[in-house]
Amino acid sequence: MIPRPHVDWFALAPELVLLGAMGFALMGAVLLPRENRRDFGALAAALGFAGAFVYAIVIYIHTPEVHSVIADSVRRDRFGALAQVIIAGAGLLTVGVAYAERMRDEHVAEFYALLAAAGAGMCFLVTANNLMTLFLGLEWFSISLYILCAIDRELEGSLEAGLKYLIIGSFGSAVLLFGSALVYGATGELAFNRISAAIGAQHLTGDALLVAGLAMIIVGLGFKASAAPFHMWTPDVYEGAPTPVTGFMAAATKTAALVLTLRVLREAFPQEAHLWTIAIAAIACASLAVGNLAALVQRSVKRMLAYSSIAQAGFMLIPIASNNAIGGRALLYYLIPYSAMSVGAFAVITARERELAAPVTLDNLAGMGWERPVLGVAMCTFMFGFAGLPPTGGFVGKFYAFSAAFRHGWTWLVIVGVVATAVSLYYYLAVVRAMYMRPAAELQLTPTAVAAGGAPPRDAMLQTSVLLALGATIASFIAVEPLIHVAKQAAAALPF
Amino acid sequence: MGWLTTALILLPLGGALLVWVFPWDAFTAGSIALLVALGEVGVWIEALVRFHFDRGGLQLDQRTNWFSDLHVSYHVGMYGFSLWLVGLTVVVQAATIIYAFWAGRTGARAYFGLMLLLTAAVVGVFTAQDLLLFYVFWEAMLLPLYVLIGVWGGPGRLGATIKFVIYTMAGSLLMLAAIIVLGLSQGTFDLTATWQSSSDWLFLGFVAAFAVKAPLFPLHAWLPDAYRESPPEVSAVLSGVVSKAAIYGFIRIAITKFPEPTKDFRTVILVLAAVGLVYGSLLAFRAPDVRGVIAYSSLAQLGLITFGVFAVNDLGLNGAVLQMVNHGLITASLFLLAGGIERRATTGEFARLGGFARGRPILATVLMTIGIIGLAVPGSSAFAGEFEILAGVFTRGWGYSVVGAVAIVLAAMYMLRLISAVLHREPGPAVTPEALDLRPAELGAIVPLLACLLALSVWPAAITERSFTGDRPQRAISDQLALSPSSFPVTISVSKSSAP
Repeated sequence: MIPRPHVDWFALAPELVLLGAMGFALMGAVLLPRENRRDFGALAAALGFAGAFVYAIVIYIHTPEVHSVIADSVRRDRFGALAQVIIAGAGLLTVGVAYAERMRDEHVAEFYALLAAAGAGMCFLVTANNLMTLFLGLEWFSISLYILCAIDRELEGSLEAGLKYLIIGSFGSAVLLFGSALVYGATGELAFNRISAAIGAQHLTGDALLVAGLAMIIVGLGFKASAAPFHMWTPDVYEGAPTPVTGFMAAATKTAALVLTLRVLREAFPQEAHLWTIAIAAIACASLAVGNLAALVQRSVKRMLAYSSIAQAGFMLIPIASNNAIGGRALLYYLIPYSAMSVGAFAVITARERELAAPVTLDNLAGMGWERPVLGVAMCTFMFGFAGLPPTGGFVGKFYAFSAAFRHGWTWLVIVGVVATAVSLYYYLAVVRAMYMRPAAELQLTPTAVAAGGAPPRDAMLQTSVLLALGATIASFIAVEPLIHVAKQAAAALPF
Repeated sequence: MGWLTTALILLPLGGALLVWVFPWDAFTAGSIALLVALGEVGVWIEALVRFHFDRGGLQLDQRTNWFSDLHVSYHVGMYGFSLWLVGLTVVVQAATIIYAFWAGRTGARAYFGLMLLLTAAVVGVFTAQDLLLFYVFWEAMLLPLYVLIGVWGGPGRLGATIKFVIYTMAGSLLMLAAIIVLGLSQGTFDLTATWQSSSDWLFLGFVAAFAVKAPLFPLHAWLPDAYRESPPEVSAVLSGVVSKAAIYGFIRIAITKFPEPTKDFRTVILVLAAVGLVYGSLLAFRAPDVRGVIAYSSLAQLGLITFGVFAVNDLGLNGAVLQMVNHGLITASLFLLAGGIERRATTGEFARLGGFARGRPILATVLMTIGIIGLAVPGSSAFAGEFEILAGVFTRGWGYSVVGAVAIVLAAMYMLRLISAVLHREPGPAVTPEALDLRPAELGAIVPLLACLLALSVWPAAITERSFTGDRPQRAISDQLALSPSSFPVTISVSKSSAP
């Protein structure tokens, strides 16, 4: 008989709430009349994310010490809890953005069920404490996202996006799994802390099997974080997927993948730091170069933001590569404004898409700033934030990331980051230029909805989400001290 | 008392939010902006009254932790010379807002909000006593300028903004790298702490940002486009106030925190300033339009001010501060006048202008007076400033003074050319007899600037003797700004006895 481990249900509360929300939404999809499914599904998902958000905060408050729960397979600590807060927050905003998007009544409840399931998977992933739970969490949210990408079958490119994501994502997962197997083969352990102990005890540093496994784990996580050179799927998938889903992927998937990358590297492979710091720094530089240069020539705004998210992954890998306490802090802090800006920016694109009933390009953004002042100001702020300009949390985040690199003694990485920032300004400001400095009349564009008679109705849910994201972006600039304090305590859960 | 400085930053910021958030009509938005701008002048006068010029050191300061683990704080306060530069800012901003109100910009709420935001940012630059805070305000200046030029500018505005942003961001990102390295290796970002650095690279990082913003030759390529394509009142702010932020940076950070690199690179910077001075003057003399003359004369004048700063002695620094205020007032009022002329004639090209004086006595008088002060006629405040700068830089080599003196002659040439091309000669094809004289609102914007200039002409010592403690700026710089007596290399203090 297999001994049953003690289960700390409280540690799993965010996942359980989200799974419950998923169940409710699915039940609604079957049992409710068609016209109620959208409201019910959205409400269930929103309550699920809100519940996860609150539970994650409660876990954060009540977990000053690190616990391993459920036979060491899951970690209950502030590091994971903070990441869960960010993921749940991004999910909550996404529900608001997606609400008016899902007008068709078929699949609408399933959409929210999958969104909640993906959120649950991410929340589970960031607390993973061994290679099995890591893989489980990764597949859990990935499979939900594959379907979410392809859910709008009549949307051009949506199926293609889903399929591409499925194939390349599976490849990434396979690499990760293979790497996990090699590490298990080398050390005989699955739990992160025992892997590290085994490496120490058996003097495995530099062992070929172990290093190969480590490299493959980094590659697998690189796929999920869409860092170059594992980014090939990103532009197509981000462009093809329904825009609210893209926003959620950019914010939450990246949060989960990057947070877990730091946890695995720091907890399981501290002895190999001399190898992986350089590998991560190289990936960061490649991401910065590829993301920024490719974004320069894009006309489609979604595609441009996809490349920008690759570059942003590069920026957030800098603190991971720095491998110090300030780096952990920097990553967790940066993820807060980054997630808000990502969801917010894609939300604004969603609004424009609905208005035009066409993919958003830099050309047909023209004049939007004047037509929709709130969305325009918000979009500008998000672009300034991505570019690392004050007054946004993006500025402080970049500052911390560079500080971490400098503390590690890598001034060259600071220089690379600064140069990348300079390049990125061109395309981020191009959005501002398109929205404000080119009148719509100049391009002879008539928004279809306007042609049909009057402006489309304001979407209050989307506006609320955008305003919340805007608030988070600016508040994270002003209230740095409390946020950094939170991030500091969270990062203290890792053995720096 | 620190709340006064904070109020100087927060008042326009709050005004900007007020204008943005509520759906005012254009007139109300303009009125609010104007009230805020005038209130800002009032707050500054209050600060002036409460400032103890005899005491020296940082005054009206306030400090709150921003993020303590890297020792970054919200720390603002003013020295004597910052007080004068803040005064220049608030006065010029009030004038430009009056002008914009009168000119009736479209999208009034956005426009006035951005102007107020810009005011807050510039005041922030002049008062920030923390490196990162300084950088935040420095960048915050760029954003409203970018939108103001890009949205309300002339036909070539998109090219102008791209050039402007790329140049300034390249400079300021180098500064950011320098700030990170400097702040982390010093363990604090506070500018009032006693630390100095001898790193040439960090010094150059700062100088790059300042030299682009000023601009100094050869980094001025963005200047003619930006000054020509902006709305006239934005050009006025750009050349009158924003360029001074760069010179302020030279004084507050480059010289005080990097005494040794300053010594090493002084000759290079002085030579570049000299080239810019002569080159700018020549270009101003050849410029085909009103704004071209003002733009290039600005390049020349900033070269001259840089002379004064990098002379690093009492006379030079005093003169530089006075000349910064002078130049800010002169160039701002000239740009506003240029705007008025362009509105009347639909062009600023000299070939199509002329004869403006006939039937328009007020415009002629105002332009003539400002032009005369601008070419530094003896008795004017510009003369006092330039004289002190040249006397100061004389101690670094007589050659610099010769170049400066030549440039003053050139200044007379381009300024008189401007005056005669606009006011005198036969009326040009673009000048119709119906074009009105200056309107009361325009006078309301320009006359206060002119009044400040005349007041300074009468009493230039108001600034020169009250910028640094007593009459020894150099000691003030080494004692109060850097807080470390005798840290200034002896070789720099050649002219200790040459107080005015």
